[in-house]
Amino acid sequence: MIYLSKIAGAAIMLAVTCSMANSGEIWVTNEKDDTVSVIDTDSLEVIQTYETGERPRGITFSNDFSRVYICASDSDAVQVMDPNTGRILHDLPSGEDPEQFVLHPDDTHLYIANEDDAITTVVNTQTRKVVAQIDVGVEPEGMAVSPDGKIAITTSETTNMAHWIDTATQELFANTLVDSRPRHAEFAKDGSEMWVSSEIGGTLTVFDTATQSEKAKMSFEVQGVHPDRVQPVGFEFTSGDTHAFVALGPANHIAVVNADTYAVEDYILVGRRVWHMAFNADKTKLFTTNGVSGDVTVIDVASRKALKSIKVGRFPWGAAFRP
Amino acid sequence: MNRYATSLLAIVKREALRFIHQRERFIAALVRPLVWLLVFAAGFRAALGLSIIPPYQTYITYETYIVPGLCGMILLFNGMQSSLSLVYDREMGSMKLLLTSPLPRWWLLFSKLVGSTAISVLQVYAFLAIAAVFGVSMPVPGYLAVLPALIVGGIMLGALGLLLSSFISQLENFAGVMNFVIFPMFFLSSALYPLWKMAESSQLLYTICALNPFTHAVELIRFALYLDFNGSALIWTVLAATVFTCAALWGYKPSRTSEGRKP
Repeated sequence: MIYLSKIAGAAIMLAVTCSMANSGEIWVTNEKDDTVSVIDTDSLEVIQTYETGERPRGITFSNDFSRVYICASDSDAVQVMDPNTGRILHDLPSGEDPEQFVLHPDDTHLYIANEDDAITTVVNTQTRKVVAQIDVGVEPEGMAVSPDGKIAITTSETTNMAHWIDTATQELFANTLVDSRPRHAEFAKDGSEMWVSSEIGGTLTVFDTATQSEKAKMSFEVQGVHPDRVQPVGFEFTSGDTHAFVALGPANHIAVVNADTYAVEDYILVGRRVWHMAFNADKTKLFTTNGVSGDVTVIDVASRKALKSIKVGRFPWGAAFRP
Repeated sequence: MNRYATSLLAIVKREALRFIHQRERFIAALVRPLVWLLVFAAGFRAALGLSIIPPYQTYITYETYIVPGLCGMILLFNGMQSSLSLVYDREMGSMKLLLTSPLPRWWLLFSKLVGSTAISVLQVYAFLAIAAVFGVSMPVPGYLAVLPALIVGGIMLGALGLLLSSFISQLENFAGVMNFVIFPMFFLSSALYPLWKMAESSQLLYTICALNPFTHAVELIRFALYLDFNGSALIWTVLAATVFTCAALWGYKPSRTSEGRKP
């Protein structure tokens, strides 16, 4: 009997541990409401809403998830929030109109795209000082940093370039042309590839990181949607970087791309004007921010089906996961 | 086996045999909703935006939206088809033979209703299977959960067919049924467009749609397919089924029918 109860106890502990391992929160910035909505990844409900500066867009957590950084674009600041209380701790000097940023793997340096100033600002989050300002193309937006932290990328929307920054010298070492209005960049496959989405061009370009040369390019075609409305923006990779889920903006779909063959395998209907996305802890669910419809669509990654759309604030934009 | 069960089985078997022997009818019953699903819905998928309404939890394509309505369409057409066959039976004299059975007339008519509903449900499942092949699928348990909804809806529409057949004296009059029953019932319902969309254009049309029992049968099917329960739709459908059945029984009263007057 005691033996049985021990087994039952262990089973319950295991179940609780597994459930805790998968539980978490998705933080979503609401551009028009000046708030962030916090979604529980298990109940798929909004459990908290916190106020932020004006027009919050990019959002990311520190490595230990004790701080959340929010680009308050119209407040010209990157705000640092305590995610446990929702209190704004302080602002970081960000330059004008910060839209997207990326936190360096050293957990200290924040690379911020300043859309109006055509610069990338590097801020030390500990000293709260600007470390460098790097001239890039007109209207910088997409930001990425390689897993080894040696390369940072800024994409400029009007110059139509991906700018390669050496993080040791904080200087550009390469510029590569991409299709019109590049808006998001990500490194994949341990940093050997760098992907850029082009909103107006309607494409996703893959670069070989070592040579900065173009390796592949994908375009999208959604049944019943005019090609002009197919505008790739944010994208994220599944476990093992086998597939990329790509937000197609006003096409209201997420494309599923095979990251090995670069073939588009599927399209999933989500809300209107899908911008960005974030996975849950075990990457079984994907949460997409749908700007115009003001909701977040939850996608089951395995079946590639939309499960639910959750109302958040007005014009949700960025998303980030917190365990 | 008692005589009630024997007569029920015999009538259901006759319906099934008639259906099997009329392959064109089976194909036509499937082609009609499939044309709507694969042609009409494809053309309208971009034209009609849909918001999230229960039982859906997220955005759906138009194809997905109209599937429950097309299931209802199969039940509706089949209900009317059975009314047509009753008129034909009456003209051919086999109705007279059936109604001279010593069993109560209500039981014979009920058996006829069960037979036509069973055929309708089989057609709906055939349609759902083909729709799934074309990528319009529902949650797997929904295919089982929808069965009671299809039976209730099928009986309601079959009873309506029965009622109509008691008033139609000649086959030629059946065209009127098409114009005055099937089309209005189908188009003034939530089968092709959600009711809030109808309310945007006309409050009167919305009210008519909301009162249409076919709307409630479609919503009952829609909710069941997504493992949800729509209590008011069930009440409306059952109420309509009861009213139509009672009226049909009245319509087939011996004192009213020619069979009754001229045995």
